[in-house]
Amino acid sequence: MKFFRALKALLDSQYALMLEYRVEIALWAVSGLLPLIMLGIWVEVDSSNFVELSNEQITRYFLSAFVVRQFTAVWVMVSFEEDTLEGRIAPFLLQPIIPFWRYFTSHVAEQITRIPIVLLMLIVFFIFLPDTFWIPSLLHILLSLLSIILAFWVRFLIHWCFSMLCFWNERASSIERLLLIPYIFLSGLVAPLNVFPNSVKSIAMFTPYPYLLAFPAQLLSGEKVNIINGFAMLIIWGIIFLCISLFAWNKGLKHYSAMGA
Amino acid sequence: MSIITARSLTKTFLVSTKKPGIRGTLRHFFARSFSRVEAVDCVEFDIEPGEIVGFIGPNGAGKTTTLKMLCGLIHPSYGQALVDGDIPHLRHSSFLKKITFVMGQKQQLIWDLPPLDSFKVNAAVYGLTDLEARKRIHELANMLDIDDELKRPVRKLSLGQRMKAELMASLLHRPSVLFLDEPTLGLDVNAQIRIREFLSDYNKKFKATILLTSHYMADITSLSRRVILIHKGKIFYDGDLKKLTESLSPSRSVNIEFHNIYPRQELEQYGIIEEYQNSYVRFLIPREKLSLSLTSILNRFSVKDLEVTDLPIELLISELFKHGKTQNVNIGS
Repeated sequence: MKFFRALKALLDSQYALMLEYRVEIALWAVSGLLPLIMLGIWVEVDSSNFVELSNEQITRYFLSAFVVRQFTAVWVMVSFEEDTLEGRIAPFLLQPIIPFWRYFTSHVAEQITRIPIVLLMLIVFFIFLPDTFWIPSLLHILLSLLSIILAFWVRFLIHWCFSMLCFWNERASSIERLLLIPYIFLSGLVAPLNVFPNSVKSIAMFTPYPYLLAFPAQLLSGEKVNIINGFAMLIIWGIIFLCISLFAWNKGLKHYSAMGA
Repeated sequence: MSIITARSLTKTFLVSTKKPGIRGTLRHFFARSFSRVEAVDCVEFDIEPGEIVGFIGPNGAGKTTTLKMLCGLIHPSYGQALVDGDIPHLRHSSFLKKITFVMGQKQQLIWDLPPLDSFKVNAAVYGLTDLEARKRIHELANMLDIDDELKRPVRKLSLGQRMKAELMASLLHRPSVLFLDEPTLGLDVNAQIRIREFLSDYNKKFKATILLTSHYMADITSLSRRVILIHKGKIFYDGDLKKLTESLSPSRSVNIEFHNIYPRQELEQYGIIEEYQNSYVRFLIPREKLSLSLTSILNRFSVKDLEVTDLPIELLISELFKHGKTQNVNIGS
């Protein structure tokens, strides 16, 4: 109970902080337009030549991918590296709640702040392209909501695990750029997974990436998708990265030299 | 029974070394060389509950590293620390609720929000009820003489107000052991005095134990009777501040203004003359000869004004570190 009270207090303060930074968050949201740009490209080249999806389906997929990407954005490696290098992490390490929850609530607060901005962007999109408007079924909305939450959790854990490298290396966040490459190509951000050769696709399906974006986007767009497999993979990857993060956290703390503190 | 114990506490860091120039850079790129730095070397001391101890040393002496080990921020390379029966680096929740570590240069307050928002978070993190938190905030605010400032964003506060708010955030859970690293750094004289008074009040009111580092000797002299001196990672004095002053300065400074001008040769028998200006003379007189010399001077000469002082402790300690006379001070004296 006390833990949840602490979590709520952290979320409240982080939300208040994010409202102070609302313009910056709006700009971040706008910078996440890549799926909409990809949508324009795919519609222009007539996607039906490459994938078994109609223009209407491809539009819904990329619009959904845009929404999923907005609510699964993670930047914990950059924040953690800054805080570790400048010693800001030190006081938080001496509190009876691990700093993980500070960063986690900060991300959640940022995403809550994004909701009206993303809604506004969608409204503008549908005003200009009214033919693309659709309302997903309640079941699809609920399932995709759950998958977005899980996808965010897994993506956050993956980045948190790599953040632990800051305890050993002063420039660990450069790995974030490396992580972005498989994310861009294997998550379905630039192209639906159907476009890949079967061999690449089957390998990709064993990685966490397709479940971080393509799976929730397919659910939201009403595409046919293996729901049980998708959720099972998200849960399995969540457990794997949770175990790695706990191990890395304990190892990292032993190595921590409190630089900059 | 001691509340803080350090036994053979040691911290060694591996630091990469690089020679200057392009050759050094290339060599460093292909084959990094490291050197071991003994930041803290077999430090031992005990601190009793309720004590305020000053931890003194020049930059890089190992003060902050020792504090970081005692509060559990870093693991010791060797040796053991015990704080109120807990091993700090295990960071048990019960231990973390008993301590606080305040760093003068670092802050935990959320920069763009008022301090009250940070207090609310800390209160929840430490499991305080809303009522309890409100009472404690009110109490600490009264002690620190701060009120409306707590509703302004931290970035709009002065350095002194920020430090007060920082102390409040760090003490909201009412810790019994305080590790303070330069708590008055950069503050003006009035703010320094206010912080010292507050720490003294907190110590008396809650019987808290305080281990304090500061480069301002006034912090140490006004708060602690006991000091620990550290240099190059080793402790070379642990004891009474007054005794340290006496051992560092065997003589006292005596300023005398006479009614008449007396020849220098006539006065030299009473002590070393540091300054001689007409009727004003400043002597350095050994402590054991002080009363005898003063009696003789008062009997023989017509004295207008007389003042006996100790040499400033800042000067004595700075000379001690500067000339590396650390081995001449007896441990535990």
